Amino acid sequence: MKSLAKQETQPKPRLIVRLGAFLASHHILFSVICCFAGIIALLLLPSLAKNTYLSENALIPGSANPLFSTEDAIEANRFMKGIEAAARDSRGVIGMANFIAQQIEALGAEVCYHKFLPHSKNFHPLKFFTSMTNDIAIQPNGTTTNFGMNTVGIVRAPRGDGKEAIVLVTPYNSQRVQSNELLSLALGFSVFSLLSRAAWLSKDVVWLSADSQFGEYAAVSAWLNQYHNPVFLSHSVGLHTKMYGANHLYDANSEKTEVTAFKRAGTMAAALIFKVGETRRFSDRDSVMIYAEASNGQMPNLDLLNVVHYLAVHRQGFRVNIAAFSSLLSSAWLRVIAEILHTLGSVLRKINPDWKLDIAVPDYVEGTANLANSMYNQALGVPTGSHGAFRDYQVDAVSLEFSPTFHVKNENAKSLFLLRGGRLIEGVARSVNNLLEKFHQSFFLYFLTAPSKFISVGVYMIPFALLLAPLPIVAAALADGSRSMEKTVDKLTDDSKADDFADILQSKGGSWKWLRAAKVLLVIQLWAVLVSLLPYYITQIPDATPMQSALIWAVLSIVVLISLSVLFGSPYSAGVEWKLLKATMITSISIGLGLMSIINFATAQLGALIVIPMCLFSRPLKASEMNFLPRAVLLASNIAFAVLGFPPAALLIMKGVSKGSWSWTIDIGDFWVWMEFLWEWSSATYLYLFLVHLPCWLLCILVLLHPCRQSESKMKQE
Amino acid sequence: MAAHSRGHPAMRERGFSPAGRPILFVSLHFLFLFTAAAASAAAPEEEKFTEELLLRPLPDRKALAHFHFRSSAPPAASVGRHHHLFPKAISQLVKKYHISELELSFTQGRWNYEQWGGFEPMSTNNAKPPGVELWAVFDLPLSEIDATWKNLTHTLSGLFCASINFLESSTAFSSPRWGFKLNEGNLRYGALPREAVCTENLTPWLKLLPCRDKSGIAALLYRPSIYKGYYHSQKLKLRSSQSLGIILDQTLTVVLQPNSVSGEQLHSNHGQLQPNWSMRHLFNRKLSGKCLVSKSSRVFIEVDKGIVDKVNKSGSDLSWSNEFFVLSNSPDKLIKGQNHLIQSSSLYVYDASNYSDEKPLDVGITWKLPLIWTCTPSPFHASRFLMGSGNERGSIALSFMSTNLHKQISGNPTDCSIKAVIFQVVPWYVKVYYHSLEIFIDGSRKTVSEVVDKIHVIPSEDKLLPGTLEMLLRFPCSMQSGTLTLDFDKGFLHIDEYPPDANQGFDIPSALVSFPEFSSARSYPEIDPVLESPLLENFQENSVVKSYTEVLLVPLTTPDFSMPYNVITFTCTVLALYFGSLLNALRRRIGEEERELKKTATRRGLIPQLLAKLRGQKVDPTESGSSSESSGSKKLLFKVVFVAVAAVLFHYFSNNS
Repeated sequence: MKSLAKQETQPKPRLIVRLGAFLASHHILFSVICCFAGIIALLLLPSLAKNTYLSENALIPGSANPLFSTEDAIEANRFMKGIEAAARDSRGVIGMANFIAQQIEALGAEVCYHKFLPHSKNFHPLKFFTSMTNDIAIQPNGTTTNFGMNTVGIVRAPRGDGKEAIVLVTPYNSQRVQSNELLSLALGFSVFSLLSRAAWLSKDVVWLSADSQFGEYAAVSAWLNQYHNPVFLSHSVGLHTKMYGANHLYDANSEKTEVTAFKRAGTMAAALIFKVGETRRFSDRDSVMIYAEASNGQMPNLDLLNVVHYLAVHRQGFRVNIAAFSSLLSSAWLRVIAEILHTLGSVLRKINPDWKLDIAVPDYVEGTANLANSMYNQALGVPTGSHGAFRDYQVDAVSLEFSPTFHVKNENAKSLFLLRGGRLIEGVARSVNNLLEKFHQSFFLYFLTAPSKFISVGVYMIPFALLLAPLPIVAAALADGSRSMEKTVDKLTDDSKADDFADILQSKGGSWKWLRAAKVLLVIQLWAVLVSLLPYYITQIPDATPMQSALIWAVLSIVVLISLSVLFGSPYSAGVEWKLLKATMITSISIGLGLMSIINFATAQLGALIVIPMCLFSRPLKASEMNFLPRAVLLASNIAFAVLGFPPAALLIMKGVSKGSWSWTIDIGDFWVWMEFLWEWSSATYLYLFLVHLPCWLLCILVLLHPCRQSESKMKQE
Repeated sequence: MAAHSRGHPAMRERGFSPAGRPILFVSLHFLFLFTAAAASAAAPEEEKFTEELLLRPLPDRKALAHFHFRSSAPPAASVGRHHHLFPKAISQLVKKYHISELELSFTQGRWNYEQWGGFEPMSTNNAKPPGVELWAVFDLPLSEIDATWKNLTHTLSGLFCASINFLESSTAFSSPRWGFKLNEGNLRYGALPREAVCTENLTPWLKLLPCRDKSGIAALLYRPSIYKGYYHSQKLKLRSSQSLGIILDQTLTVVLQPNSVSGEQLHSNHGQLQPNWSMRHLFNRKLSGKCLVSKSSRVFIEVDKGIVDKVNKSGSDLSWSNEFFVLSNSPDKLIKGQNHLIQSSSLYVYDASNYSDEKPLDVGITWKLPLIWTCTPSPFHASRFLMGSGNERGSIALSFMSTNLHKQISGNPTDCSIKAVIFQVVPWYVKVYYHSLEIFIDGSRKTVSEVVDKIHVIPSEDKLLPGTLEMLLRFPCSMQSGTLTLDFDKGFLHIDEYPPDANQGFDIPSALVSFPEFSSARSYPEIDPVLESPLLENFQENSVVKSYTEVLLVPLTTPDFSMPYNVITFTCTVLALYFGSLLNALRRRIGEEERELKKTATRRGLIPQLLAKLRGQKVDPTESGSSSESSGSKKLLFKVVFVAVAAVLFHYFSNNS
């Protein structure tokens, strides 16, 4: 009667509170629905993709007739012969660079060399927070150190004010010259020579022939670093002049000394990296592969891709591809899903003709393969080419890789290819030249499902939001559940003597119990931070194989974990309830995923797919409140998620999936190599793995192994 | 003087119809010449107009054309308000705003200091920064100058069809003391780097000429060819004083790519031979006589010091037809110039009055031998660039690369120093931290006091004043490269302060670097004092070597300009929620509500009762919350699903039918 009276005096709670309570009381159903809806929405993404369109009207691609003529193609051939000879004559870096510089000079354009050293592998996982860092080059250990040499040509726009520049990049390896790289250099030169005669330029054109002997990215990023953050202090200058003997580099050609001085054009408007890849004979048309993913899921403005795609497909007749997971293209289960979605979509379409969800099965499969690759590349946070270096300086850039279908000796086909390739690049340069403002109209946050189809941020957020939605509700329900249980237990033990005041006090004391769980969480976070910083010290060990490093890392992290648990007490000894532990874990993971979604959405999305079910399913192995069958299912799924959620195991599985072959070769060294790859590229995914994912996984393990003694003992007391 | 003043209107009419009666024309012409000569001998109170054109081949296969028109009016008191030749608009402007000096330039393209020269009168006087640059010295009390400047900008804006009126705002102009030009605080300087320059600016400029572009040298200004060039700078310079009257210099400097005779541009592999050109190639016109009211009308062809040296070295005479090149017409005169007593460029002079419609002048140059030469550069090649990336901060860097000129001039570079003055105006939204000035000379950091002799900074004030930096530096002669860096923060603008196309970025106007120890003045020792050429007078003026740096483009944070709508809707929602709950809290009376609650607890609402009846439950007022709520909500969920399915089915069937 007392409780009833209390309820009467209590006013009816607000709607939102009631709704929350309602959801919390059905949290299991709610989370299951949300998770499934999230996964279904994710699967639906390829059918929700929209066709791309040009947002910026100033671009007007293809509106001008291309000026790139057969004469320019002949010029390219001439250049190619010349550089072949130059490459044959001198095997060094300087021969080819010298030849390129002479050719640029002959055009009447400005030229300069940029010499750079390769960068050492640094552990800088936090670099993406600070864009302006000067990389430390490897200190030369003697006089024989190799150096790379970029050759930079600059065409000043005839009547332009020189505030903006368009950058064209052709990478080539000066150490191992290949004919396709020479072809791309020739293509670059012929376009540059055309642009040097163009009267319509309003932005300067910079042609960077990047010496990619240390990798394309290293060459381009070294140049960009020099362009944006030059160092004026002497040790670098002195070193350079001493090392290279820059003076005797060019004096054979003319008396000019300015060639060694670094030259600049204005703010970069956009950059286009293009290279001619391997010849593919089995395809019917020349194709262009577009790479756009930069570091940490950044993408160039969609308009740039649109321009390239439009010109390549509709003007020059190239086949345009983007990278795809080829293993998905032939997978049977995807085909089944596609069939199901297709039939569902056609039914829905009958209901409402505006719902266009029924895309053809091959389209869906291809779209999914492309989407998966796009998401994976964004999630990895590692640029897919040297365009990533530009994005670090907020310059929109895209890489094109031409795959011609002719034999290199076939002069006719080569000229035709040069003509079309040159026209494509000229057209892109022309469109960018038309721009008054920098790229800003179109999307920056998108996934690609085809070269001309994209999923914008508004759509791809839905699956993530659906996955994330149950987390706060479940956390609230768990915390509330544990409290109410506590309350009833307390009440029963107190033999209902306690008055209201004591009751409130009790419940208050109970509500502070989460602090213990929070302490466990914080200790584990501390552990995660230490583990994520350990590689910095491990990398200092000279001559360690990846296997050794990985083992040292694993052992050290276990040692740190044990010492921390000794220092702060074991998580179980403090008597933390597993429900509270789970609630805190879920809270922390939702915060972590929310933060990560801002830094790199794709990482958060893919991470959520693993982490959220793992969190929601986690439950002590010893908990005994259910029948045998659901308990067994839960146990099995728990263990499966615990295995899947462990990063090295996940890596192994992913490697198996991406290879397509299920050959399990367990190599812990691989994990080290992979992590090294992540922090070298200063990917935020590394931080996500170690600051969000790993603690969550450990907490899940803690929950799994929870002894569940306290509640039982209390029950017994009852 | 009466005859003279009567003569002029007639002259003007004739001037516009030169194909009229030739006898009268010639006689009038003689009359005019006579009166003009008499007037110049007798008194200076006479309006004069001269026109001149200078053509010069440039080392990078281009050609420079420099038009120079001078109109001068005697001191105001002697003439009153009437003018014969002098444009009335300008004299009114000068009188109204008490201008003692003014220079307005419209420029498109960049002057190439490396190829086209940086140490000569042409580059120091006529190389201007892209866009509009305006400076004026007023003969007024200091307190009135700012207001006068504002009025002046509006007047000029109307006069030249340009948006010079944007210089009105106090954030757009500055008052340098010595970095630009020594003055007593009565100089105002403003620049609009983004102003586009086109024929609409040229037409009003031509209207100031007595013959416009109908006859004389200005008739060569064929628009498609002069706007096709690499550099185009039209300038108007005014000087006025009580003793001199008003002198108006109008210059137009263009750098053109001469079409070679075959009509196609040179391809890269066609060798280094200079293209042959003549007036017709450059302007698509020939010069048919002078503007009749002009006192003198001359065409100069200038050959650079580099060519002169080569010709002299080869031992041949510097005649108009030598072993390197041939001019198409024989010149009336050859003038040799000197700079610091060293022979510099030479000028071939043609008098346009000797040519007519029947016998037009089409002077040009034909090369016999390939010739490579370079122009004299300024002591340091100055360039400016931005460092850093992102929307938060960055740095401006000014770099100086030595051109080793001092070695050529002074010989020994030991222990001397070169002075350089930097003048830089920075808009307020680029917040420069002047204390962060760092100086690197040949790769080592120098303290400011080692290099800076004198510095004058007017820090910027948000939305009020641009920052102005004037700095006198002293570089060692042996310096090969020097760099100055200044850090800045990027400011935020209010949404309505953004200009159109804000996403392009914001311009920092060109900085001016001058070298006060170097004078680009030429002297012409053989010059005939009777020649009286304003163009050569300008060349002889003692002017320091100057060069403008590039305009910089700073990307600033720009809002999403559709955001105001979002913000409005969002704010309104928040406000509505806030006021709603506030009113709710204020309006609510707790006691009454409790009574109400009690009442409702006993008497349930109509709909719940109905629902309960539908469910077939007994109406139980004391039924407690949670269990029934959960079961009820399940049913509610079921009903919602049912209704949704029904709706979908209904839709489906209605669509099918």
